[in-house]
Amino acid sequence: MLTLIVRRLGLLVLVLFGLSLLLFAWVRALPGDPARALLGEKATPAGIAEITARYGFDRPVWQQYLTYLGRLLRGDFGASINTGEPVLSTFAQRFPATIELAVAALLLAVVVGVPLGYLAARRRGGLLDNLAVGGSLLGVVVPVFFLAVLLKYVLSIWLGWFPTSGRQDARIDATHITGFYVLDGLLTREWDASWDALKHLVLPALALGSIPLAIIVRITRASVLEVLSEDHVRTARAKGLARGVISRRHILRNALLPVSTTLGLQAGALLSGAVLTETVFSINGIGSYLFDAVNQLDYPVLQGFILFIALVYALVNLVVDVSYGVIDPRVRVS
Amino acid sequence: MSPSLLEVEDLRVTFSRRGQPSTTAVDGVSFSVDAGEVVGLVGESGCGKSVTSLAVMGLLPSRGTTVTGSVRFDGTDLLTMAPGQLASRRGKDLAMVFQDPMTSLNPVLTLGRQLTEVLRAHTDLDRAARKAEALDLLGRVGIPDPRRRLGEYPHQLSGGMRQRVLIAIALACSPRLIIADEPTTALDVTIQAQVLDLLTTLVRESGTAMVLITHDLGVVAGTCDRVNVLYAGRVVESASRHDLFARPRHRYTSGLLAAVPRVDAPEGSPLQPVPGSVRDRLEWDAGCAFLPRCGRGDDACRTGGIPLAPTATDLALSPGNPDHEARCVHPAGATT
Repeated sequence: MLTLIVRRLGLLVLVLFGLSLLLFAWVRALPGDPARALLGEKATPAGIAEITARYGFDRPVWQQYLTYLGRLLRGDFGASINTGEPVLSTFAQRFPATIELAVAALLLAVVVGVPLGYLAARRRGGLLDNLAVGGSLLGVVVPVFFLAVLLKYVLSIWLGWFPTSGRQDARIDATHITGFYVLDGLLTREWDASWDALKHLVLPALALGSIPLAIIVRITRASVLEVLSEDHVRTARAKGLARGVISRRHILRNALLPVSTTLGLQAGALLSGAVLTETVFSINGIGSYLFDAVNQLDYPVLQGFILFIALVYALVNLVVDVSYGVIDPRVRVS
Repeated sequence: MSPSLLEVEDLRVTFSRRGQPSTTAVDGVSFSVDAGEVVGLVGESGCGKSVTSLAVMGLLPSRGTTVTGSVRFDGTDLLTMAPGQLASRRGKDLAMVFQDPMTSLNPVLTLGRQLTEVLRAHTDLDRAARKAEALDLLGRVGIPDPRRRLGEYPHQLSGGMRQRVLIAIALACSPRLIIADEPTTALDVTIQAQVLDLLTTLVRESGTAMVLITHDLGVVAGTCDRVNVLYAGRVVESASRHDLFARPRHRYTSGLLAAVPRVDAPEGSPLQPVPGSVRDRLEWDAGCAFLPRCGRGDDACRTGGIPLAPTATDLALSPGNPDHEARCVHPAGATT
């Protein structure tokens, strides 16, 4: 297990190194002079001179790369061209909102999706099964953006059940420690702040979680159906075990293997989905930051974001691989 | 005479699927097993052996399956029992050893867990006692270093070892009846004999009765007290092991025995298979199902409802012991 983790971390370093090369080349490959490309339309001769000096565009390429790599290793991702803020500190500031949203979405998808998929499989061909299969198809095909707008319009603007935007009511005087608003409220015992943050979280999480939810329902259902027909389930029944024990220990546990793989793959989809969801619900997370950066070709931000996403993605998948080993002993040994 | 431990009477299992004609896999099987007795159910693939065993255990899928007749275990009918009640007897009073040890254990649970969970379900033993019992069981089925094995997973064991574990699981609660469905078929030939010996020894030692399902007459010859030969979902011959091998009556049984390769046969002499396949069959209502493959059949075999009864020859041989029954109009070895 430990070897697996170490090996994966080593691989991660390689991936990040390769990615840094690619990103370095990306900016250099832009048409014209990189300083001009970085500054875009707002380029002035003075600005170009300053950027050229700061990034050392006049020096040999290998030196430039080493400087770039050195900066990255020190955590210097550069500064946004638009705001002038360091990329890293903006990330740190905005990241909790995105994590909170993504975790809520994933939690929703797992907590609803796994039981629903399980029940659909056990009642195969029944009403619940048909609803789950049909509903999950709908969940996959409806774009996140459209669903977000729809939910916002119907449930908050029309019915008024949920707040329309933001993460917390501005009138609430909440203390923020971690940046995860729901958690902050719980930690400081400001229950109303926590509750309000939660209410703000429901619709974005629903919109963002719809695709992973649909996929988890389908994967769980298919996986449970497969496990149900396996010989060892018959052995478990022949042992006269209680129904609940058979369901949990002999069916669900085995069926969760493919589900955990899916979760890792969904992490990437969640982060890109967060861009759209955050934009619709005016949440100041990484997603909306990136949205602006793409619009304005803010290269330092984009570079930093791509590296960052790769890191998150790789770490999440490492966690998934480790959990895979926990669930399935055969993976552990080989 | 006291009633048998297991009495299967006129068991019929029909599978039906929407839009397809239904299939009768078991078509009126009757047999009984006395306490401590080892009874063989023999027949080729598709004759209904496995379905019979699953029906007795109540392990057939409930949807699309119709089971009629009766399965009395110790006087109570298992077929009419509530599912929960039947489950509480499975693993405790009746246990089963399955055909394929490679897939019959849960790959993600330790062997210890899979052994102790059956003890947990049916006994009051505490955790430590369950573990001690599991160690003892693994030792009894001949698994070396049982303490280490308890923490291991099925994929770390060979097929033969896994089947030993499954036997240990079946024996765990000292059941009164074990149904072993082709317990050695999936194993290497060299291991088959070992596992079979182990199974029969343990069953004899503990006084457990066993139904041994097999297609292999060699297996039957070494282990069973009584043998029931199945064909197309019905018992066609029932006899003590000795009688069956010495004087097979049904033409199917004699065909099977003739098909067994012999070491002492002249070199180059061909094997004697039973001609045709099990799919060439008559409905039992129209006559003997084996007729299309039988060399001796005639029009007399084309009447429905041929009974399973002692042959005239056997009655003449031992009038007081009508224990050898065959479902045949022209039994083999008849003197008349």
